[in-house]
Amino acid sequence: MRRFTWFNATSITLGFVFLYLPIILLVIYSFNDSRLVTVWGGFSGRWYGEALRNDAFLSAAWNTLQVALVTATVATVLGTLAAIVLVRGGRFLGRTLFGGMVYAPLVMPEVITGLSLLLLFVSLDVPRGLMTIMLAHITFAMCYASVVISARLVSFDRSLEEAALDLGCNQFSAFLRVTLPNILPSIIAAWLLSFTLSLDDLVIASFTSGPGATTLPMRIYSQVRLGVTPEINALSSMLVGLVTVGVIVASLISKRAETRRLAAERAAR
Amino acid sequence: MRGGGWGRRTLIAIPYAWLLVLFLAPFLIVLRISLSDFAISQPPYSPVLDLPACFGEADLPAAEGEAPDLLSCLGGWADQFWGLVEEWDFDNYIWLTQDNIYWLSYITSLEIAAVSTLLILLIGYPIAYGMARAPKAWQPTLLMLVILPFWTSFLIRVYAWISILKTEGLLNQFLQGIGLLDEPLVILGTNTAVYIGIVYSYLPFMVLPLYATLVKMDESLLEAAQDLGCTRFTAFWLVTIPLSIPGIVAGSMLVFIPAVGEFVVPDLLGGSETLMIGRTLWTEFFGNRDWPVASAVAIILLLVLVVPIVLFQRHQDRAQEAGR
Repeated sequence: MRRFTWFNATSITLGFVFLYLPIILLVIYSFNDSRLVTVWGGFSGRWYGEALRNDAFLSAAWNTLQVALVTATVATVLGTLAAIVLVRGGRFLGRTLFGGMVYAPLVMPEVITGLSLLLLFVSLDVPRGLMTIMLAHITFAMCYASVVISARLVSFDRSLEEAALDLGCNQFSAFLRVTLPNILPSIIAAWLLSFTLSLDDLVIASFTSGPGATTLPMRIYSQVRLGVTPEINALSSMLVGLVTVGVIVASLISKRAETRRLAAERAAR
Repeated sequence: MRGGGWGRRTLIAIPYAWLLVLFLAPFLIVLRISLSDFAISQPPYSPVLDLPACFGEADLPAAEGEAPDLLSCLGGWADQFWGLVEEWDFDNYIWLTQDNIYWLSYITSLEIAAVSTLLILLIGYPIAYGMARAPKAWQPTLLMLVILPFWTSFLIRVYAWISILKTEGLLNQFLQGIGLLDEPLVILGTNTAVYIGIVYSYLPFMVLPLYATLVKMDESLLEAAQDLGCTRFTAFWLVTIPLSIPGIVAGSMLVFIPAVGEFVVPDLLGGSETLMIGRTLWTEFFGNRDWPVASAVAIILLLVLVVPIVLFQRHQDRAQEAGR
């Protein structure tokens, strides 16, 4: 007797209006011709042109892209390993500590993570730049990645792997040919999540970057502190659009993969 | 990955070592620097331990603790460490107690985070509840709509509120336009704006775990409660709420802990009177360049947050166990 009441419908609707209205307004006003950001002066795409011609934005965007690509890839590999250790590792010395180190970064205030990593790099005399931002981003992104992947790994039916072992696979190839394809959607999700986490981060990047290594959020932040500008509106709208398209495409792909997998399972039965 | 062997050990060692070096070790360094003097130099604190001598060349094997030269190095490091106990000075911590700004920052941060968490719970619960009761066919779409803002840049989502909350901004234009207000409201630069910003940006973190527990709930329990004479409201209060406590705890921790140390929201939406500790730490670090005091601020913040963080981890571990 699951009943979907008017109250339920209203709270969902209001909730989504609250979540989406600010972003929608931002996108609408990015097409505002007027330099006065909140006064409508007619429709125009000129701020998009200005944002795309801004060299400071472009070089920051390139830096961010490099950091995010490396971060996502390394963090996904490390996160997969961490998830396997968490779910399948059994008991080993320091398991509680390991679990703690995986979960703590999810809630750790960014200022603390940023400060502590910077002090590590300074005391080890590591020259700061894109490299140190990557190391910092990998560290917190791998924790998110391992949470996403371990959720999938927990629900994976181990008898499939055992069947592969019985049929003559060794542990490694059983993992590669049975487990890995099964948890692949979560690995892709983890990669995308790490990528966007790295793309978005301002605080940790500000602490761990060095001269010349300015990322896009750092550039946006330094402009935003001086006030709202139409170029930033346009730039932000482009980023929002990019992420939205990316997430929708990714979810469609994973949905198709899921349907295909279910169909294959049904056919095998 | 059953059995022992080198494969299993290497598998455990790689992520373990990474986190030890890049997550745990940095905290020890923060602790160390919080106990040293401020110096006008680069780096701006007086060196107490000769760390680079130990870790300079090889930083990654440090955590495995297997190379013999490293062990002796660690031993030497420990000796140095304890030898310096007498020289530790707590000046930075004493300094924190003497200046009101730090006290106020901690108190205000805890207050803003606690009130925001409560607000988010009150707003998020009906949303999550509605989603869990929505027709099964809608649920994937609804779920994606909650997750989507989470993928969009935090900075941009906070920034979007500036043009809404400004004195000549969209909210005031709207309220004056429909004749509700004569004078514009001053919201940007006040604590109200900070609350709005935190509630807005952390809402999905509450809705997701709440939805996850509510959707798994057995509806027949509610029917049983109603058969036994509960009204729909008392059934909700006596059955649904207690069963969703794991989700409430997880969501609250996911919101409360990062909100205490929040920097972007108070900096962009708050005013000069919004003292939040994340911002104070940032100013201490980037503005005053006093790294030792910034480290002491971080250590105290960590001590304040230890209890909620441990609660959160217990919950995560239990969820992991339950899933198996």
